[in-house]
Amino acid sequence: MTWSATARGAHQPDNTAFTQQRLPAWQPLLSASIALPLFFCAGLAFIGLGLGLFYSSNGIKELEYDYTGNPGTGNCSVCALADQGRAPPIRCSCAWYFSLPELFPGPVYLYYELTNFYQNNRRYGVSRDDSQLSGLPSALRHPANECAPYQRRATGLPIAPCGAIANSLFNDTFSLWHQRRPGEPYVEVPLERTGIAWWTDCHVKFRNPPLVNGSLALAFRGTAPPPNWHRPVYELSPDPNNTGFINQDFVVWMRTAALPTFRKLYARIRQGNYSAGLPRGAYRVNITYNYPVRAFGGHKRIVFSNISWMGGKNPFLGIAYLVVGSLCILMGFVMLVVYIRYQDQNDEEEDEE
Amino acid sequence: MSLFERQGGEQERYLQANNRKLNTMFGYPLIPQISSLAWYTTVIPLMVVLSITAVKDAIDDMERHQNDNQVNNRSVMVLMNGRIKEDKWMNIQVGDILKLRNNQPVTADILLLSSSEPYSLTYIETAELDGETNLKVKHALPVTSNLEDNLELLSAFDGKVTCESPNNKLDKFTGILTYKGKNYILDHEKLLLRGCIIRNTDWCFGLVIYTGPDTKLMQNCGKTTFKRTHLDHLLNILVVWIFLFLGGMCFILAIGHGIWENKKGYYFQNYLPWKEYVPSSAVSAIPIFWSYFIILNTMVPISLYVSVEIIRLGNSCYINWDRKMFYAPHNSPAHARTTTLNEELGQVKYVFSDKTGTLTQNIMVFNKCSINGIVYGRVYDKKGMKVEVPEETEKVDFSYNKLADPKFSFYDETLVEAVKKGDHWVHLFFLSLSLCHTVMSEEKVEGNLVYQAQSPDEGALVTAARNFGFVFHYRTSETIAVVEMGETKVYQLLAILDFSNVRKRMSVIVRTPENRVMLFCKGADTILCQLLHPSCISLRDVTMEHLDDFAIEGLRTLMVAYRELDNSFFQAWSKKHNEACLSLENREDKISNVYEEIEKDLMLLGATAIEDKLQDGVPETVATLNKAQIKMWILTGDKQETAMNIAYACNIFEEEMDGIFIVEGKNDEVVLQELRSARDKMKPESLLESDPINIYLTTKPQMLRIPEEVPNGNYGLIINGYSLAYALEGNLELELLRTACMCKGVIWCRMTPLQKAQVVELVKRYKKVVTLAIGDGANDVSMIKAAHIGVGIHGQEGTQAMLNSDYAFSQFRYLQRLLLVHGRWSYNRMCKFLSYFFYKNFAFTLVHFWYAFFNGFSAQTVYDTWFITFYNLVYTSLPVLGLSLFDQDVNETWSLHFPELYKPGQHNLYFNKKEFVKCLVHGIYSSFVLFFIPMGTIYNSVRIDGKDISDYQSFSLIVQTSLLFVVTMQIALETTYWTMINHIFTWGSLIFYFCILFFLYSDDLCLMFPSVFQYLGVARNTLILPQMWLSIVLSMVLCILPVIGYQFLKPLFWPVNVDKIMDRIHYWMNPPVLPPTQTKLKHASSHRHSAYAFSHVWGFGALITSGKTLNAKRPSAKVRRSQQKEAIDLLSNG
Repeated sequence: MTWSATARGAHQPDNTAFTQQRLPAWQPLLSASIALPLFFCAGLAFIGLGLGLFYSSNGIKELEYDYTGNPGTGNCSVCALADQGRAPPIRCSCAWYFSLPELFPGPVYLYYELTNFYQNNRRYGVSRDDSQLSGLPSALRHPANECAPYQRRATGLPIAPCGAIANSLFNDTFSLWHQRRPGEPYVEVPLERTGIAWWTDCHVKFRNPPLVNGSLALAFRGTAPPPNWHRPVYELSPDPNNTGFINQDFVVWMRTAALPTFRKLYARIRQGNYSAGLPRGAYRVNITYNYPVRAFGGHKRIVFSNISWMGGKNPFLGIAYLVVGSLCILMGFVMLVVYIRYQDQNDEEEDEE
Repeated sequence: MSLFERQGGEQERYLQANNRKLNTMFGYPLIPQISSLAWYTTVIPLMVVLSITAVKDAIDDMERHQNDNQVNNRSVMVLMNGRIKEDKWMNIQVGDILKLRNNQPVTADILLLSSSEPYSLTYIETAELDGETNLKVKHALPVTSNLEDNLELLSAFDGKVTCESPNNKLDKFTGILTYKGKNYILDHEKLLLRGCIIRNTDWCFGLVIYTGPDTKLMQNCGKTTFKRTHLDHLLNILVVWIFLFLGGMCFILAIGHGIWENKKGYYFQNYLPWKEYVPSSAVSAIPIFWSYFIILNTMVPISLYVSVEIIRLGNSCYINWDRKMFYAPHNSPAHARTTTLNEELGQVKYVFSDKTGTLTQNIMVFNKCSINGIVYGRVYDKKGMKVEVPEETEKVDFSYNKLADPKFSFYDETLVEAVKKGDHWVHLFFLSLSLCHTVMSEEKVEGNLVYQAQSPDEGALVTAARNFGFVFHYRTSETIAVVEMGETKVYQLLAILDFSNVRKRMSVIVRTPENRVMLFCKGADTILCQLLHPSCISLRDVTMEHLDDFAIEGLRTLMVAYRELDNSFFQAWSKKHNEACLSLENREDKISNVYEEIEKDLMLLGATAIEDKLQDGVPETVATLNKAQIKMWILTGDKQETAMNIAYACNIFEEEMDGIFIVEGKNDEVVLQELRSARDKMKPESLLESDPINIYLTTKPQMLRIPEEVPNGNYGLIINGYSLAYALEGNLELELLRTACMCKGVIWCRMTPLQKAQVVELVKRYKKVVTLAIGDGANDVSMIKAAHIGVGIHGQEGTQAMLNSDYAFSQFRYLQRLLLVHGRWSYNRMCKFLSYFFYKNFAFTLVHFWYAFFNGFSAQTVYDTWFITFYNLVYTSLPVLGLSLFDQDVNETWSLHFPELYKPGQHNLYFNKKEFVKCLVHGIYSSFVLFFIPMGTIYNSVRIDGKDISDYQSFSLIVQTSLLFVVTMQIALETTYWTMINHIFTWGSLIFYFCILFFLYSDDLCLMFPSVFQYLGVARNTLILPQMWLSIVLSMVLCILPVIGYQFLKPLFWPVNVDKIMDRIHYWMNPPVLPPTQTKLKHASSHRHSAYAFSHVWGFGALITSGKTLNAKRPSAKVRRSQQKEAIDLLSNG
C-alpha cells in the first residue's frame, strides 16, 4: 500500500449522489394528519362499498334443491339406495317439482353443486395429462404417469382422457319442464348446454386430436375411455363442435375446484320465452341419477340462480367490507382519543420543561 | 503462494456447510413419492442461489488467482550453470542464487551475498512489510561480498547455511554459514525479506533461504479467524427455530392427513384410489409429512444468506466510496476489507484504542528545550506572559543557514541569538543532537538534505539541530560529517550504544577533529538522572523543574548529556565491547552490561521537549462516541503519564471528573484492594452480598453475562499492565471488569500486545457486547484480531495493523462516521431487511397451512409452482434489496448530530428474538387473511356471465396477487427513504409480476409445454373480475392498516428515547432547517501529568558500530579498502 507514487486525489472516490448516499428521496412520515384521515376515509369508503355489495348480493335470487337422496328427502332416495355399491351405478331417474309464484328474472343459470368432493386433493388434481387434452397425438397414446392408476386399462390400452379427474366426470343429467297452468302439459324448457365453459378453455386449451379421415372416432382409435365412463369421449355429445375433449361439460369438470364444496355451471336458460327468466308456474326437473356421492358423505344439489353486476350471490364480500369499514372507523376513533390524550400530556411535559 | 490466500478457506467452508444443508433440503422434491412440487420449483431457485454464490466466490478466487499468477509469473534472474538465466518466481527453490536489480521486489527470503555497493550494502524499502517508508540497509558478510558479481566465483560458492525453522519474527534471524571450513554468524541484517524492494543498489546477489509460505512475510500473515457477527449467530438460532416450527406444522398436517384419509379419503376411493403401496391412512401420513416439509421449506428462505451477503457487500462499498472518509494527504480512501461485519458497526459498545499513531499523529515537533538551565522556546506576549503559540506569531528566521529545513518552525528568537553568539553550552547541546542519533541522510540535490529517521522523535531532534546550524550532513562507516555553522567537521564515530526499550537511552562515542573522545547520550530523564556526575546536581534540579513544566504541556521529553573519555579507558572498553558483540550466548545482556560501564558520570547539557500532536478532531470524535454511549478505553504500551496526558487531551478524562483511580498493585491482593476501594467509591452497594449482581454471580458461575452497573458519578480508571497480569492470574477478572465497566474512561498502560488482546477477550466474554479495536501498529494486531471489529489506521507505524484489520482508514476521526453513519445505517437496514424477509416468507408459506384444512391435507400448494419458483427470486428480491441498500431513517447530518440514535443498535433492539416472534405472528396473521378473504370471495361465486370462477387456478391467482400486493405495501410502509431506485424496484417488481404472469399464462407458451404451463388463460379470465380486485383490496387493507395503527400507537404508548429524538428531527426537517450548531469542544489545555517518553525500538546502532555505514560513496578508495579489511578481520575473528 503505497500512496506516495500516485497523484494527489487519485484515489478519491467519485462525488456522485449514489456513492455518497445522497440520492434525492421522498421521505414520507406517518403523522397523525395522515394516519387518522386514512382510517376514517378507508372506513367510510368500505362501508359504502360494503352496503352496495351487500344489497346487490341480496337482490340475487337462488333456488336450491338437494337431490342426494338421503332417506326421506324426496323421490331421489330410491336412486340413492342403488348407488351404495362402488360399481358404476345403474341408470335411475328421479324428479324435483317446484313452483314459482312469480317470475324468476333472467337470465337464469342452472348449476349443480357437490359438497365434500375433494377436487383440490393434490393427488386428484395432478391426475391429468394436459398434453393429451391439448390434442397432441403422441400424448394421446402415451398418457402421463400422473394419470395412474387411470393411465392404461388392464388390457394395456391407453385411456383417453386419462386420469382421476376425467374418470370421475359428473354424469347426472337434468332436463327442465314447465307447466304454465295446473293441468296443462309440461313443456320442456330449452337448456343451452354450450357457452358454459371458459372461452379460453374450450377454444384454446382443450383440443381434439387431429381428425383421421374426417372422423373423430378414428382419431381416438387405440384408446379406451376411462373405466367409469359408459361411452367413449368422442360420443359425449352428438354436436361435432361439442364432443371429444372440447365437450363443455367435460371442460367445466376438468377445471377443478379450489374448495371441497363447489358449483359448476350446467346450462343457461335464455332461449325463446325464457330469455327474460322463468315465468311463474310449476316446474319439474328430470334428473338422471348416475353419480354416486353418498359413499363419501357428499351431497348433490341443483341450483337455479340469476346474477348481478358483480356475479352470483355471495354475501361474503359485502359483509366483510361492512365489518372492516366499521372496524376502521372504530380504530380511527381510538387512535384519535389516544393521540389527543398523549398530545396533551406531551404539551404539559414541554410546558414543565 | 500469495498474500491473498487467507480467509478463503474458512469462508468457503462456511458456504459449503450452507449449501449442504440446502442440498439435502432440495433433494427431497426429486423423490416422486413425496414430491409435492415440480422439480423446477426448487431446482431453479437453488441453481440461482448457487450460481450467485459461485460467481461471487469465482470473482474472489479469480482476483486471488490473478494476483497469485501475477506474483508467480514475475521473472527473476537466477544463476544457473555459471550463467544468468531468467526464470519465473514460482520456480525458485531454496539454495538458488538470485540476482536482483534496483527497484525490483525481493522474491523470497534471501541471504545477501554481494552487491554493487561498497561493503555489499543493499538498501531496501520495507513499506510492504511494516509500512515504514524510510530506507533500511542490509549488508553481506565480508567473505561473500568478495564474490561481487563474478559469476564463476558465485557459481562455485558452496557455502552451507544452517538456520532456524521458518517463523514470523520479522526482526530476528539466526543462522550459521559454513563456507570454506569456517563458520559465520548470520543475523537479520543479512537477510533480504520477501516483500522488500531494492533501492539505490544497482544489483545484488543472494542465496534463497526461505520460499513461498516459509517466508517471513507469509508467516506473518497469520491465521485470521473468520469473524461472524452476532446477527449471524442469531440467524442460525432462528433457522433452527424455524425448522422446529416447520417440523411441528408438518407433524400436525401429517396427523390431519391420517385422520382425513381415515374418515373421508377411504370412502372417496371410488374417485381417488389410494396408491398401491398405501395400506392404511397412517402409512400415507408419512410421505405427507415430507411433502409438507418441502412445501413449507420456503419458511427457511434459501436466498436469505445470499441476500445478506449482497447487502453487506453493498454497504461495504458505501464505506469505500465515502469521500468524507477519504484522506487527501495520504490519498487514501477508507477501505472495508471485510464485507461481512457491517451491521455490527451499528452495535459497538466498547472501543479499544491504541494511543500512538491512532489518537496522536505520531508526528514529533521540536517545541522547546532547556540548555544549561535556561529554557528556550517559550513565547511571551507583550505583557511578558507566557502564551500558547498563536497562528500569527512570527517564525524564527533561519535564512542564515542554507541547509535549514524550510518546514521547521520555531518561535523563540533568543535561542537563535544564543547560537549566533556562540554560547558554548548551546553549541555543545546542538552538536550532541547532531551526532547522537541513527538517522541517515540523503542528498539527492545539492543542499537539499533528506533525513531517514527510524523514530519521529529522532528526526525532530536532528532537524532542529540542523536548523540551528549544526547540520548532520552525511555519515560513513566511521565518520559523521557535521556542518557546524557553515564549517564542515568530520567526527570519527567510535561506537554507537544503541537504544532499547529497557535502556531508554542511546549514546555515541566520537573522536572529535581535536582528537578528544566524547560520549554523547540522550535518553529518558528518569534513567539519565541516575547516570549524571555528582557535580551537576544543581543543574539537574533546575532542568527537572523545566521538565516538569514541559510535561504539564504534554510534551515528550529527553535529557541530553555528554562525557569526555580518556583514550586508554575507551580502548579498554572497546575491547570488551567487541567481545560482547561476538558472543553467542546472552549477547544482548552482555552488551548492555558493557554499555552501562561507560554510560556513567555524564555531564548534563539540557533537555528537549517534543510535541506529540493529536490527530485532527480526536476530542470531538471521542465526545461524540461518548454521547452515543460507546465506551472508549485506551490501551497503550506507553507510560502511565503519557497515556493520561493524551486521555485528558482527547476528552476521555475530563477535569470535572469525580475521581480517578489508579491500579498499580504488584500482587493480586493489592490489586484486589485497589479495585474494591474504587468500586466502593463508585457504587458502595455493589460490594454488599445483597447486590443483585453478586447474587447472580454466586448462583450462575459459568456462562454469565455481567449486566450494566450504574455508578454514582463520572470516574476514570488507570490500570497498569503488570497489575493486569496479576489480576488475570489471580482470578480477579470479574472484579476488574466490573470496576472498569463502571468507569467512564479507562486507560490501560504498559500493555503488551498480548495483554491488549486479553482485555478485549475479557470484555467479549463477560459483557457479550460488540467490541471494536482500533490501532495502527504491529502491536495492535492481536487486539484487532481479537475484537469483533478491527479497525486499522494507515499510520506512521506501518501497515501491519491495516493488513489485519476489517476496516482501514487514515484518521481516527473517521471512526465516528464509520459507526454513527455507516454502522447505524447498515444495522438499521439489516434489521429492516431481516424483519421484512422473514415476514414475507411466513406470509407466503403459511397460506399452505390453512389450505391444508380444505384439501384433505394432501400437500396441495396454494400457488402456481412458477409463482413459488419466482417469489423469492424475482418478485420480492429487488424491493427488499432496494430497501436494504438505500434506506435511511435520518440522514448523516442528523446521525452525527444526535449520537443517541446509535443506542438501539447497542441493545440490539431492532432485530432480536422478540422481533422475530413479532414477524412470525404478523406473518401468521397475514397468511390467515390472505387465505380466508379470497376463499370467502370465491366460495360458490360466479362471473357476470354465469360461469364459475371458484376453480383452483383462479383461487391461486387471487391469493398470489393479493400476497404480492400485501408484501409490496408492507415494504412501502417500511421504506422511509424513497429514492428513484426504490420506486423503480418496488413498483417495478409489481408491474413485472403482471408481465411475467401474462407471459407464463399466455396461449403460446402453454400450448408449447402443456404439462409445464397449465394456467392457460387464467389471468385473462380472472383479473377482469371486480370481485377479485375487491378481494385484493380487502386483503391489503386488513393486512396493512393494523400495521399502520401499530406504528402510530407504539410511540404513544411505549415511547423510547429514540422516538422523541426522531420527533424533534422531523420537526426540524419540516420545513428543512439546519440543526443547531454544536458548540466546539474546548481543548483541555492544562494537564498536570508529565510525559517522559521515547518511541522507537532498536536503532541502526548495531549496523554502524559493526563497521558499516550508509552513505559509503564519500570515502576514498584507500579508506574503503582498509575499512573493508578491518571489517573482515573483525568478523572473521568472531
